[in-house]
Amino acid sequence: MSADVDLWAVPLAVFAGAIRAGSPFLFVSLGECLTERGGRINLGLEGALVMGAMSAYGGAVLSGSPWLGLLAAIVAGGLLGLLHGLICSLPRVNDIAVGIGLMLLGIGLAFFLGKPFIQPRAPGLPAFELGAWSSNPLVREALRINVLFPLGLAACALMHLALTRTRWGLALRCVGDSQDTARALGLPILRLRLSATALGGALAGIGGASLSLFYPGSWNEGLSSGQGLMAVALVVFARWQPWRCLYAALLFGGAGALGPALQAAGVTGAYHLFNAAPYVLTLALMAFASERTGAPGELRLSR
Amino acid sequence: MSESRLSVSRRHFLQAVVAGSLVSLAGPWSRALAAGDKLTVGFIYVGPRDDYGYNQAHAEAAAQIRKLPGITALEEENVAETVAVQKTMESMIELDGAQLIFPTSFGYFDPHVLKVAAKYPGVRFAHCGGLWREGVHPKNTGSFFGYIDEGQYLNGVAAGHASKTRKLGFVAAKPIPQVLRNINAFTMGARSVDPSITTRVIFTGDWAMPVKEAEAANSLVDQGADVLTCHVDSPKVVVETAARRGAMVCGYHADQSALAPQAYLTGAQWNWVTPYTTLVQAAMSGAPMPNFIRGGLREGYIKTSPYGPALSAAGQAAVSATKEKMLAGALTIFKGPLADNKGRTVIAAGVELAQTDVALEAMDWLVEGVQG
Repeated sequence: MSADVDLWAVPLAVFAGAIRAGSPFLFVSLGECLTERGGRINLGLEGALVMGAMSAYGGAVLSGSPWLGLLAAIVAGGLLGLLHGLICSLPRVNDIAVGIGLMLLGIGLAFFLGKPFIQPRAPGLPAFELGAWSSNPLVREALRINVLFPLGLAACALMHLALTRTRWGLALRCVGDSQDTARALGLPILRLRLSATALGGALAGIGGASLSLFYPGSWNEGLSSGQGLMAVALVVFARWQPWRCLYAALLFGGAGALGPALQAAGVTGAYHLFNAAPYVLTLALMAFASERTGAPGELRLSR
Repeated sequence: MSESRLSVSRRHFLQAVVAGSLVSLAGPWSRALAAGDKLTVGFIYVGPRDDYGYNQAHAEAAAQIRKLPGITALEEENVAETVAVQKTMESMIELDGAQLIFPTSFGYFDPHVLKVAAKYPGVRFAHCGGLWREGVHPKNTGSFFGYIDEGQYLNGVAAGHASKTRKLGFVAAKPIPQVLRNINAFTMGARSVDPSITTRVIFTGDWAMPVKEAEAANSLVDQGADVLTCHVDSPKVVVETAARRGAMVCGYHADQSALAPQAYLTGAQWNWVTPYTTLVQAAMSGAPMPNFIRGGLREGYIKTSPYGPALSAAGQAAVSATKEKMLAGALTIFKGPLADNKGRTVIAAGVELAQTDVALEAMDWLVEGVQG
């Protein structure tokens, strides 16, 4: 430790990190939440995230518009999600194995197609400068909220409403809890699941766009480093509730920012430990949330 | 390249491997000497060759080697430090007839290069890193490396002139000797301008962690650092993030000035074309392989980026003067008395450690003025 520790900047950095680094977690965990509510686990969202990041960047480079890039990410993620839904609807197909396959496909495809986009610079997504009132550059930076974050909040609210207040949501939850019951009720199981997995993939694609077009705002092959997989674990912690996905994502984004912020402030002792914070948190949360309260019935392992 | 290799069936590949082994059994040096005035050279990179960083520095030099008369150059990128690199090397040798291979990533050497080198004694393997030892490793392998801490010292001098807050930031991957040496040289360069300057270091934990690198750059700027540099595989994220936050940057590995033209002061760059040329010429003339070669600015192993507009005329003059001293061999970076950031004396008064000194390759301390 050093004499001039500026610890006051740490909470601000954690707050800023929670929002800017938490956004991809938010979208992927929302996507996974929706998929799992329909009774399927899609581990391929990591692939959708990477593919979304690449498509967003590539689309923005080629078209010159970050919004078209975002659209490309939604389409790419949605297609990967749809593919998962289609393959899993075949008899005796294991959704977890298909998910791992799609994860590898998405990552490999993104690396292959993304080769020409490593060097060029894409126009980034704009941000809301909510801190413009402050003369402090730290506050201004911390309150620089990317446009995708409010979109994530809206997605959260919409998903909550859709799952609890609409016919579609009720039907999806029914499919997720008991396929047999849903069949007995005459619900269109395949259509419901396909729409949920495709939407889930599209949400993960938006998460990718947030990585490549806002923060850190560049495309390269180490961009995701497993964030999509951690987001899948977050859903368990969030007990399959959209609003809890938001809290979990913010917690993780903030935890990731803790290590660098403490080191910059001069607390250099146990930086390995602080850098491991998100992973330790994953393990701890999984241990606490292990009773799987709220888990859709179709997610049980013995099927 | 890799596409065409895919079209070769496993059977043909195995046949070629067997045939190749027989040839090399028949006469270990026949392949290398048969080359004459033609040489096929293979370059293997661990990441994408346009990463604005470590791999790009190698690929830029490879592009220059490719232009030499009689040279056929092969390249393969994104080759993991696993058995994958053995396969790449074997197919470069068997299918394309490579006689000299540059596996450019540190983790390729042991055991991958050593294994393949034992199998093909007629092929030369020039590894970029620092592990070759006489008597331990085969004569057809070797290592080359550059003293890029000289470039980081010059970065420090530039940063010392440009900084207004007297605080510098360094985004580092892992606390290994080579990285610590760069942090120390950068800090000492800056403190040669103004001894009140301090450097804050953030270790991200790995060579390519874009989100963490962006967090690190942001945190350093939050803490008042106004000149940043880094030692990660691709400095792109650090350079762009720092420039967006209004800080200045010094480059590393390759020239990143295109990413932040207004914020870029100068940069420490590899100039691999020098060791590459030495090794290619030795292979073409049939001379014994240079097994352990090192060099800095003076030997042409490293170079500096052109000055950016953010560096004042006085700053540019100071960096140029320091560079001239280095080129003349009149500047020793690591000399006593030198204390580390815990107050311990690490180099006693009167002791000068030349760049070639092995003590520097085992550095485990951060110099006074570094917080990290």
